[in-house]
Amino acid sequence: MSAHPTTKRFIANATEALADPQLQRAMTNVRSGFIDKRAAVAAKLPEFEALRDSARDIKNHALAHLDLYLEQYEANVTAAGGHVHWARTAEEARKIILGICHDAGAKTVTKGKSMISEEIALNAALDAAGIVPVETDLGEYIIQLRDEAPSHIIAPAVHLNASQVESDFRRVHTHLDAGRDLSEPVQLLTEARQVLRSKFLAADVGITGANFLVAETGSSIIVTNEGNGDLTQTLPKTHIVIASLEKIVPTLEDVSQILRVLARSATGQEMSVYTTFSTGPRRAADLDGPENYHVVILDNGRSSMLGTAFQDMLRCIRCGACMNHCPVYHAVGGHAYGWVYPGPMGAVLTPTLLGVDKAGHLPNASTFCGRCESVCPVRIPLPKMMRHWREAEFERHLSPATMRSGIKFWAFFAKRPALYRFATSLMMNVMGWLGRDKGRFSSVPLASGWTDYRDFPAPQGGTFQSRYQAHRKSTPNNGRAA
Amino acid sequence: MSAREEILSTIRRSLGVTGQEKPRLDTVTERLANAPRGLTVARGQLPHEGQVALFKEQAEATLASVVDVASYQDVPAAVADYLRQNNLPAQLRIGSDPRMADLDWGKTAIELSHGPSDGNDLAGLNHAFAGVAETGTLVMTASAENPTTINFLPDHALVVVSAKDITGDYETMWSNLRARYGKGQMPRVVNWVTGPSRSGDIEQVILLGAHGPRRVHIMVVKD
Amino acid sequence: MRLAQDKAASRAPRVGLFVTCLVDLMRPSIGFAALKLLEQAGCKVEVPSQTCCGQPGYNSGDRATARDLAEQVIRSFSHCDYVVAPSGSCAGMIKAHYPELFADDPNLAPKAQALAGKTHELISFLVDVMKVKSVDASFDGAVTYHDSCSGLRELKIKNQPRQLLGSVKGLTMVEMNESEVCCGFGGTFAVKYGEISNSIVEKKTGNISESGAPTLLAGDLGCLLNMAGKLAREGKSIEVRHVAEVLAGMTDEPPIGAPRVSAQS
Repeated sequence: MSAHPTTKRFIANATEALADPQLQRAMTNVRSGFIDKRAAVAAKLPEFEALRDSARDIKNHALAHLDLYLEQYEANVTAAGGHVHWARTAEEARKIILGICHDAGAKTVTKGKSMISEEIALNAALDAAGIVPVETDLGEYIIQLRDEAPSHIIAPAVHLNASQVESDFRRVHTHLDAGRDLSEPVQLLTEARQVLRSKFLAADVGITGANFLVAETGSSIIVTNEGNGDLTQTLPKTHIVIASLEKIVPTLEDVSQILRVLARSATGQEMSVYTTFSTGPRRAADLDGPENYHVVILDNGRSSMLGTAFQDMLRCIRCGACMNHCPVYHAVGGHAYGWVYPGPMGAVLTPTLLGVDKAGHLPNASTFCGRCESVCPVRIPLPKMMRHWREAEFERHLSPATMRSGIKFWAFFAKRPALYRFATSLMMNVMGWLGRDKGRFSSVPLASGWTDYRDFPAPQGGTFQSRYQAHRKSTPNNGRAA
Repeated sequence: MSAREEILSTIRRSLGVTGQEKPRLDTVTERLANAPRGLTVARGQLPHEGQVALFKEQAEATLASVVDVASYQDVPAAVADYLRQNNLPAQLRIGSDPRMADLDWGKTAIELSHGPSDGNDLAGLNHAFAGVAETGTLVMTASAENPTTINFLPDHALVVVSAKDITGDYETMWSNLRARYGKGQMPRVVNWVTGPSRSGDIEQVILLGAHGPRRVHIMVVKD
Repeated sequence: MRLAQDKAASRAPRVGLFVTCLVDLMRPSIGFAALKLLEQAGCKVEVPSQTCCGQPGYNSGDRATARDLAEQVIRSFSHCDYVVAPSGSCAGMIKAHYPELFADDPNLAPKAQALAGKTHELISFLVDVMKVKSVDASFDGAVTYHDSCSGLRELKIKNQPRQLLGSVKGLTMVEMNESEVCCGFGGTFAVKYGEISNSIVEKKTGNISESGAPTLLAGDLGCLLNMAGKLAREGKSIEVRHVAEVLAGMTDEPPIGAPRVSAQS
């Protein structure tokens, strides 16, 4: 699914999404659930705002010294008996992972939720190599059954309703009694738990992402609520971590600071149920745990973001707060964005990874309301980054010609105040007169995007500046109110 | 040029550095050595009894159950109580933590199985390394004595934590861990466990018992 | 007497009224309401030559046009003690974004900073700078208030309009649900992504209706045009005005989007 972005047809995607009653119903859960929970848990912690600053500063420090921390991280992973692999591109990452799976004789692979694995389209590559990937995060499992991509970076199935999940489970779990009751969500959960338990135990390789990589100890961290990530990385003989290189955090204390704002920003919990720090394969005395531990560090364009206007985007800790609070995301859901990363963070990151020529709609489809930035735990100036993309498009002449010429037309007058005052006074008088009966227009040339759905209020007529000048001339005391 | 070389050199070029600059190297060395604490959260900064009380309160808020146990010798009875109250058979998967080595399980008639869980256990018991009062979080460290699978595979995860191992915040816990394992050293896995497994993936309704244990029962040993 | 008058006049802050292009073109009465409020607060108001703050170009990625227009504003308004705009969006452009626009221009950077430092949105200027506690106006009935995004998030405007509305005789304030959620205007967004914009404004008009208030107020004309246009298309009879008009007691003009001539004529 993720191998074929549809970012270019964002507007068509949005139209479909807006006309989809199931999706619209599901999106109301995002509006009420995530937002209220985050607000409540943030209000309970007096240090919350200060911790956001702390998290931002730690990430900035790590990025400014990324090369050195990566080297330390690698040395510590190796000292603990693990292997570090470096992948410049998605293709290199896939090759490395397939190689490890091949060496392990893997037939099935369990997977913890990993957005990076979506970014590199790993599942399709595993399938093509005759290896069966089994998504174990409940949301990821559900969408795998539907052959869909995740629509949210932490709640992959947020676009679905329980009835849809029920019909998918009935369609796929044919070994179970067709007459069973699945009307309650808890019954769906129980069924998934049973079905996946045997898959966990049978897997040859477990692949997870990493929320953070700790340089001090060479540890990878996964943050989950279900426990699937832990079963994925503990039971098979081989554990592969796939993580992008900006996940590096210097110390255990540093990551603890950031963990305090992660769950609170993501789901409104004070702490996720499972936060797991893994360091290398099983030790000689251990009775369980993987025998092989591999970390694949992925670049895929991030090293080039450093030192640019987009460096701040590398602070992202993948909490999803931005999309939870975005009115555009609420309207169209995640699939409309057409690729792996939706919402405001997707609007900034996707053009970097796919090119602004392919993903230009995403940073443009924003009102710059700023709610995303106001909730980002690491204070990424998301609207500012989206504006940078609009500037890049403008420079490369990628923005629509009508928009460019519209702005230029406006600017022609705006740069000539006397002409502006003359022309606008004239035009507003005409428009005001045209609209005086109804007070509004139900259609305006070149603005069907507005008037297809809304009326356009008529101007009062005249302009402030012309009326003010007239008022001043006719009033003594230099126009001051009596 | 290897992928590693290329990635590191691109990072350096983007940052405008060579990687040899002494101030940068010193900064990194110092931070890794000193591991500055960062912001302290006031909530857990209490006298120790306050921290234990806070730990219990926070853990219960995450839907774990918590009981006080006067001493290690009382653990078997506490476990038996739990199994009975939850209509579970008198069977328990258990590690071999030295602090629980000479407990008298005889009176309880509980059938013990030692070692890692194989997925067929209804109840398992491990000993936590620590508890963090700030969020009611258990800190489990993987070892031969406390196999990780016991934390995740059984339906019911019973955990013993010693009251004296409860800290106010994560940072204090990390200091204690470093004292135990050595600076820069970690057990294979450190699990922070905060309540039973759950998922909100179906219509954002929170349901317990996704893949990990449905129940977490914490026994705080005073001894 | 003359000496005291001169003294009083010399103490009165010199405010340059930045009316904003939308107010200038679409609804001059807001500009006159702003003028009245500022003079009542003891300011000496002038209206320097002006066209546009440059935000449309800025948000479309055309920095060059934005800079040209911003430079014009800087030249025109530098001499004022304060620059006040009846719009969080335009005040925010000058205050929050002009310094960034000229960050790498050694000549204009200090001037942009200086202008940014003395630019304010109207209502927050009255309350926070001129220390206005109440207005001498009356308005019969309930109103609900939309918190426009730039004003709220860039300029922290939240309590100030509510404080002054609270002093209007006869007026009751009814808060709508999700008053802080975007109305879907976003400048050119409303035209370029009209269908999505509609979905957002539909939720907003739903919240407005649910509040039960017969009048909607806000501090930004862009938002007001968007919401008024949607309410009209939906056939809802809620009246829409700029908060300055109510605070200045200047509500004789028909509300936004309403006919200018009475139904009878």
